[in-house]
Amino acid sequence: MSPQSTEWETVIGLEVHCELRTETKLFCGCRNAFGDEPNTNICPICLGLPGSLPVLNRTAVEYAMRIGTALHCQVKPSIFHRKNYFYPDMPKDYQITQYDEPINVDGWLEPPGGSRVGILRAHLEEDTGKTTHVGGGGRIHEATHSLVDYNRAGVPLVEIVSHPDLRSAEASRAYVDELRAILVATGASDGKMEEGSLRVDANVSVRPSGSSDLGTRCEIKNMNSLRSLGRAIEFEAARQIELLEQGGRVVQETRHWNEADGRTHSMRSKEEAFDYRYFPEPDLVPVAPSAEWVEAVRAALGLLPAERRARVASAAGLAPDADAVVTVVRLDLDSLVMAAAGVGADVGLAVKRLANEVAAEMDGAHHLDPDAFCQLVLLEGRGELTTAQARTVLKHLLDHGGDPRAIANELGFEAMASDELGGAIDEVIGAHPDEWKRFVAGEDKLQGLFIGKVKAATHGKADLKAVAALLQERRKG
Amino acid sequence: MSTPGRAAMTALDLAGEVRSGRRTAVAALEDCLAAIAADDPEVHAFNHVMVDEARAAASSVDRKVMAGDDAGPLGGVPVALKDNLCTRGVPTTCSSRILDGWLPPYDATVVTSLRAAGAVLIGKTNLDEFAMGSSTENSAFGPSRNPLDLSRVPGGSSGGSAAAVAAGFAPLALGSDTGGSIRQPAALCGVVGVKPTYGLVSRFGLIAFASSLDQIGPLATTVADAALLLDVIAGHDPLDSTCLSGQLPAARAKLDGGVDGIRVGVVTELATAEGIAPDVSARLREAAEALANAGAKVDEVSVPAAVYGLSAYYVIAPAEASSNLARYDGVRYGLRVPAEDIGSMYGATRAAGFGAEVKRRIMLGTYALSAGYYDAYYGQAQRVRTLIIRDFESAYESYDVLLGPTAPTTAFRLGAKTADPLAMYLSDVCTIASNLAGHPAMSVPFGTGDDGLPVGVQVLAPALGETVMFQVAAAVEAVAPPRTPPKQGIEAR
Repeated sequence: MSPQSTEWETVIGLEVHCELRTETKLFCGCRNAFGDEPNTNICPICLGLPGSLPVLNRTAVEYAMRIGTALHCQVKPSIFHRKNYFYPDMPKDYQITQYDEPINVDGWLEPPGGSRVGILRAHLEEDTGKTTHVGGGGRIHEATHSLVDYNRAGVPLVEIVSHPDLRSAEASRAYVDELRAILVATGASDGKMEEGSLRVDANVSVRPSGSSDLGTRCEIKNMNSLRSLGRAIEFEAARQIELLEQGGRVVQETRHWNEADGRTHSMRSKEEAFDYRYFPEPDLVPVAPSAEWVEAVRAALGLLPAERRARVASAAGLAPDADAVVTVVRLDLDSLVMAAAGVGADVGLAVKRLANEVAAEMDGAHHLDPDAFCQLVLLEGRGELTTAQARTVLKHLLDHGGDPRAIANELGFEAMASDELGGAIDEVIGAHPDEWKRFVAGEDKLQGLFIGKVKAATHGKADLKAVAALLQERRKG
Repeated sequence: MSTPGRAAMTALDLAGEVRSGRRTAVAALEDCLAAIAADDPEVHAFNHVMVDEARAAASSVDRKVMAGDDAGPLGGVPVALKDNLCTRGVPTTCSSRILDGWLPPYDATVVTSLRAAGAVLIGKTNLDEFAMGSSTENSAFGPSRNPLDLSRVPGGSSGGSAAAVAAGFAPLALGSDTGGSIRQPAALCGVVGVKPTYGLVSRFGLIAFASSLDQIGPLATTVADAALLLDVIAGHDPLDSTCLSGQLPAARAKLDGGVDGIRVGVVTELATAEGIAPDVSARLREAAEALANAGAKVDEVSVPAAVYGLSAYYVIAPAEASSNLARYDGVRYGLRVPAEDIGSMYGATRAAGFGAEVKRRIMLGTYALSAGYYDAYYGQAQRVRTLIIRDFESAYESYDVLLGPTAPTTAFRLGAKTADPLAMYLSDVCTIASNLAGHPAMSVPFGTGDDGLPVGVQVLAPALGETVMFQVAAAVEAVAPPRTPPKQGIEAR
């Protein structure tokens, strides 16, 4: 096969670092908080002062177990290792992490509409501090000095490593999107990529389509959003394909995504290849959660995104991966769907309003009163409000709250009594006798004309579905 | 030369005197301070004497006694601390330049326990840098000397603590024992030294050398004093995950229990280990006979793994040390040698801050943990460790305690082994197995060698076997030849 005719397949595995939203750090009692004054949440332990020792945070273990359970992992007895390397934001010059005996192994995740992605492991480890390079535009090589904030040092992380099961940038984004939703659903993480509580590294390789061998991979770091994740993967795959098509070879290395120039850049030369000298952390004892604890964590786990989508889909008669269903669950609006179902409102209509109008105004959605929303869907479903009126009232609810019926009345949207509507229709028929004869004789397209005339005559208050029904009634005689 | 406090009184007696008001804590302290002022310039047991803090603590004890309050089990007893135990606001150096200027913001848990027990913390004692050594010659601040013969080493790495007790600078001291660092200097200085079961005493605030082996323990002039101190510092600490909880043994429970019917095994491999001097072997045999005469059932027992420990130890300890000592990088505290960039700063700081032995062990440990070597070295050493534990446990099915020498020879001369690290490492051949197994062991003075310097006999016990270990140690002490004042020491002048 000539190089030109080769079809390439991109193979991606993702490593997601998720900060746990525990009150305190992984090995000490310092506050785990984002955005505090630098070096205020520190103590001898997270500063790694001589003589200090780590003590494992039980809640962090429980959060890790929740994540593992939500990802269908096996939750196992585990131990900690030390990963040794020198860096100024790492107080002990080693990181306490899990290596060959992690707490969660062998799970999977299935993004809506996508295929199942294997999870190799989801292990506990401590975060490092944060280095700011001062001078020279923030680049380390040009900096005059560096400042280190150890507030983040020792914050608990779970690192979730996928199998290389992803095949595109789009699938990778969908994976992270779903993973983030799961992490938030477990209560273990706030899922905020912009605050760095979710950080994604991508292992990218390419291979000829149909091949089952893995190509040489590069690890891409520094993607701060789903968008840059997608861009970085696309760039990197194209770079590797071009390299291979020109007869070159991919070098296994870590590459840095540069948002500004839209490219990945080599970070380290081969000479600096790290040997982390992992060995079991002698200051900690093995973590062996009892079967009772594992079961209690499983039992206490709330509904996960996939289960919530299934619930909404089933109530609304839609597919679980329908866009509106996915949107409603992603935006945490599904409790409103279930509330609407509970009062016997049209669930499909509720999903439609939520996925469109409400989703467009999420600030207001946080204050949307479930009862008011249900009332609105009921009014629209019964034809007491037209679609246009319902949208207007909903906008009002999102902006100011209130009672939908009262708002409708205030806006002059009170439903037209059917005799009033009938009267209006009869007036229009009387004013257009020729067209009416033709309509009765079978010229169906004239229905639009009559509906338009009625709408104008009632100043838009008429429920158009009701108008159509009354027209058909009168046509039959 | 007047040394009024020296060996005049045990810690138990002193605590009793202070409690009863017959003697003030201040007076007892001043005796010790006078002895230190007179003799420590030559002995160099201390890196730092906590004169002001000690006087304040002693006064506080006296006020309590006057007020009729409980002064605590160590009320008014001066205690010296190895300078790898963190003391809030007091220099803690590990006898290393790298910690230059560092003041710990917190107390080690054992220090907190001592304060709560009424102890008067008198100072920080010299050690081999980061506890790496067997002679206290690897100190950045110069060697300590054996108070019984100033031309000899006090042993190490807790040489300063052993020397302080032997010289009468303090009736009690704490050391740390990673491969024999309490027991060997105790033997060489003629005092009692104890390495407790791993996890019996909290390591929080002990500056780590090898975390899976380090254990804090007492040095004292008598077995009863050592037991008193151990009982004060032992116990669960939520700040140390490896610290044991539940029912823990009391060292003082059966000090007067005698040895009638106690099964004592003299470990063949320790008694005949490489380099054991004939006079040391002779004292061990005499101690065994004396115990038999006192009613113990004494046998020889083979524990083959007892001496395999040395090579495993010199893989595991440096490996852990290479990681534990990484944090001394010049970024946050201690010495910093400025340089062009961060990498050069690390290099320059560590090159200037660490001594030769520390560098040697960091390199050994780094190598042992390297990719491709891990299993052959660290992995293999851990397997040996498992074998050692198994061998000892099988011996303890038939014996309550085991007996062996503590150190191969009596105190050697300064400089005798500094040029040959391997010869120095062999000083620990009899003590290392207990650290690898996590079991307790202690050294009790038993007579002297041909040179008139003290010999120590080691009592080993199974995990949490402190009660029976001290019971036998007390019996060894009771049958030991009377301690004679040495000829070359500070008391001779």
